[in-house]
Amino acid sequence: MKQYGPISFASSCGDARVLIVCGSGGVGKTTTAAAIASAIAASGKKVLVLTIDPAKRLATALGLETVGNTETQVSLPTTSRIGGQLWVAMLDTSASWDDLVRRHAPDHDTRDRILANPLYRNITQRFVQSHDYIAMERLHELSESDRFDVIVVDTPPSRHAIDFLEAPERMKDFFSSTLLRWITLPYRLGGERAGRLGYLASKPFYQVADRILGSQFLQDVAEFFLLFQGMYNGFVERATAVAQLIGSTDTAFLVVTTPEPAPMHEADYFTAELAKRGLRLGAAVMNRVAPPAMQAISGQAPLCADSVAVASSFLERVRHDSAASGANSGDPSMSAMRRIAVAAAETHVQQVQLAEHQRRQFQRFCPQAGFRVALPESADPIDNVESLMSLGRRIVDAPPAPSARGPRSASKRRS
Amino acid sequence: MLFDLELLIVTGKGGVGKTTVASALAWAAADQGKRVLAVELDATGDLHTALIGPRPGTHQPPRVGSQAGSQAPYKPVERQPRLWSMSMDPEESLKEYLRTFLKIPVVTRIGALSGMFDFVANAAPGVREIVTMGKVCYEVRERHYDIVIVDATATGHIVGQLDAPQAINELVGAGLIRSQTGWMQAILRNRARTGVVVVTTSEEMPVVETVELLHRLEERVDVGVAAVVVNRVLPEPLARADLALFGEIKTNQSNQKALDRMVGGNSAAMRESIEFAVQQRRNSEVHLTRLLEAIGTTPVAFVPWLSGAEPGPSSTGAVAELLGEELGWS
Repeated sequence: MKQYGPISFASSCGDARVLIVCGSGGVGKTTTAAAIASAIAASGKKVLVLTIDPAKRLATALGLETVGNTETQVSLPTTSRIGGQLWVAMLDTSASWDDLVRRHAPDHDTRDRILANPLYRNITQRFVQSHDYIAMERLHELSESDRFDVIVVDTPPSRHAIDFLEAPERMKDFFSSTLLRWITLPYRLGGERAGRLGYLASKPFYQVADRILGSQFLQDVAEFFLLFQGMYNGFVERATAVAQLIGSTDTAFLVVTTPEPAPMHEADYFTAELAKRGLRLGAAVMNRVAPPAMQAISGQAPLCADSVAVASSFLERVRHDSAASGANSGDPSMSAMRRIAVAAAETHVQQVQLAEHQRRQFQRFCPQAGFRVALPESADPIDNVESLMSLGRRIVDAPPAPSARGPRSASKRRS
Repeated sequence: MLFDLELLIVTGKGGVGKTTVASALAWAAADQGKRVLAVELDATGDLHTALIGPRPGTHQPPRVGSQAGSQAPYKPVERQPRLWSMSMDPEESLKEYLRTFLKIPVVTRIGALSGMFDFVANAAPGVREIVTMGKVCYEVRERHYDIVIVDATATGHIVGQLDAPQAINELVGAGLIRSQTGWMQAILRNRARTGVVVVTTSEEMPVVETVELLHRLEERVDVGVAAVVVNRVLPEPLARADLALFGEIKTNQSNQKALDRMVGGNSAAMRESIEFAVQQRRNSEVHLTRLLEAIGTTPVAFVPWLSGAEPGPSSTGAVAELLGEELGWS
C-alpha cells in the first residue's frame, strides 16, 4: 500500500529485514547506513551493516581496522537495549568471489582451476558489475542464514545507483546468453572432434571474434566459462532469489542525497526507477543541509527575514558611504569592527539565500517516501560508536517531515 | 602549460564538479584559440548540459538515459567556435574500429554484432575500456583537434580505464585489439602529450580519494598528472588581522552591542553566520593542507565556491574564467 502522509521511520521502515541505502557517490551513504544500523541495534535488534570501502575514520569508529570480509561484532555502549547487536562486514570483492567459488564449485579440481585462471582474477577485479553482483550474492547468503534481524546494505559506488538493482538480472542474462554457448561450442566439442573447429572457424562470427581478440584468448575465455558452467544453475537460482528478496515487502530502500543539483537528479531518477519496478521506497535522507535551512525545515525558526533586512540595509549604507567618500570596502582606514560587520552581514545574507534554496530542495525531495529527514552539515567528525549512534538516533527518531506535494501532507503540516 | 598537452583526462570523486571543470577547461582552451574536442565518457548528458544548457522544455538537466536522446551524439558536433563535443558510445566506437581496421562493412555481415559486443565487452575485462580509450587516443593521433578533453569516469574506475591497454596486453596474446595497445600506451604515457586532471573539493573524502588516486596513477599506469583542481574552495570570511577582534566579539557583550549599533539592529544571527563560515573554512584548511602535502610539485588551481551555481553554460563560463586566472593562461 502506498503511503502519502508523513510518517515516522519506525512506521515506514520498522518492519523491513533488509534496508538498501542508495544514492550518488559522495553524499554520505556509508556513514548514513552505519548510523541507521547502529541506532536499530541499540533498540535491541541484531543488525548487520554490509559496507563497501568505508572512510578510514568510520572504519576506526567501528573497530574495523583489522576486519575484512567476515562479519565482526562492534561493541555498543551499555545504554543499548538487551539483545541489541551491531555487526559489520566490509565487502571485499575478490575474497567474496573466492568464497563463492569454494562454496559452489562442483569439485575440487574445477575449484582450483577456476581460482588459478588468470581471466578469473581479472574478471572479478575489473568487471565493473562484479562489485554489484557480489554485493547481491552476499546479501542472499546473509539473509538465507537468518543470523540477523536486519541487514543494512551500503550500495557499491556504481556509475549509476540503478546498476545495483540490475545486477542479478544481468548476471542471469550473462550466463544464459546464446553467445556464451556459441563461443564455448568449439571447445565443448572436445579434442577428438576438433575437425569440426575448422568448420566453425569459417563462420563469420568466429572470424570477426578471432580477428578482434585472437584465437588463443577466445580459447582462454571459453575455458573459463566452461569451468563456470557447473555453477551456472546456482547463479541463476540465487540471482532469482535475490531479485525476489529485494522485490518483497521485507526490503525497503533508503535514498540518500545532498542538496546539490547532481545528487538530487540522481535521487529523482532512482526514486522513479523504484516506483517503475514496484520496489518499496522506505525513507529519504538529505545530508549536509546548512544549519539555518535545518531550522526552517524543522519549523523551529522562520528564515531570518528580520536579520536579513537589517544586514541588507546596513550593506546598502556601507556601499553608499564608500561611493560618497570614493573608498571601497577594502579601505585600510575602515575600522576592524566595520570590516567584521560587513563580512558578517554579507555572509549572513548569502547563508540565508542558500538556506532558502536548500529548504525548497528538501520540500521537493522524494515526496513519495513516507519518511523524510534532513541532516545538518556537521563540523563534528563521526569518529566513534557514540557519535555514529547519536547520528543514527537523529535519523530514526526524527519527527515526520511534510513534503511540498500532496494535499494530505499539506493539511497535516504543523506551524 | 596545460593546453600544450594534446589529451587531458579529467577525473575526480563523484559529486566534486568533475563535469563542470572538464567543460570549463574545454571552454577555456577554445577561447585560447585551440580546436577542442570535449568527450563525455559515461553518456549522462551532463557535459552537454554544462556546455549548452538544459534542452528547451526540460526543467532539469537530462540524466542517465532517462530521457532518451538527451545526451550529445557520438559524432562530434561544434557547440561553439572551435569547440566540439561528443558522447562516447563503446558499441559505435567498436563498429568504427572494425570499419577502419578490418575494412569490411561489418554491420551488413554480422547481424548479431551488438550482442557480440555485449558479450565480448563483458567476458573480456578491459575490452569496453580499450574501445573507449581507443577512440579517444585515435582522435589524438589523427590530430583532428589541437586538444582532446575527456570528462572521464570517477576516481574509482579511472585506473581501470587507463590501465586497459596493459590489461589487454597481459590477457590477450594476439588479435586486432592486442595490436592496438602499443600506440595507445605510447600516447597515454607520454607526459608531453597526455595529462590527468584530478578534480577535488576541500572536503575529507574527496581529498583522501585524490591522494590515493595520485599514488595509484603513479604506480599502476604510469600516466602523468597535469594538474589538481580544487573546486568550491570556501572564501576566507575575515582577514587574518581581524580574527583577534572577532574572537573578542564572541565573548564580550559590549563589543556585541557595538556591532549591533554599527549594523543598526540585532547582530546575533549575523555573528552566528560568520562564525559558522569561519569554522567551515578552518575545517577545509585541514584537508587542503593534507592535499598540498601529498601532491608535491603538481600544479594546483583553486576554484572558489560559486553561490547558487546550477550546471549550465553560465557557471561553466565563470569556472573557465576563474581557472584561466589560476593557471595563468588568460
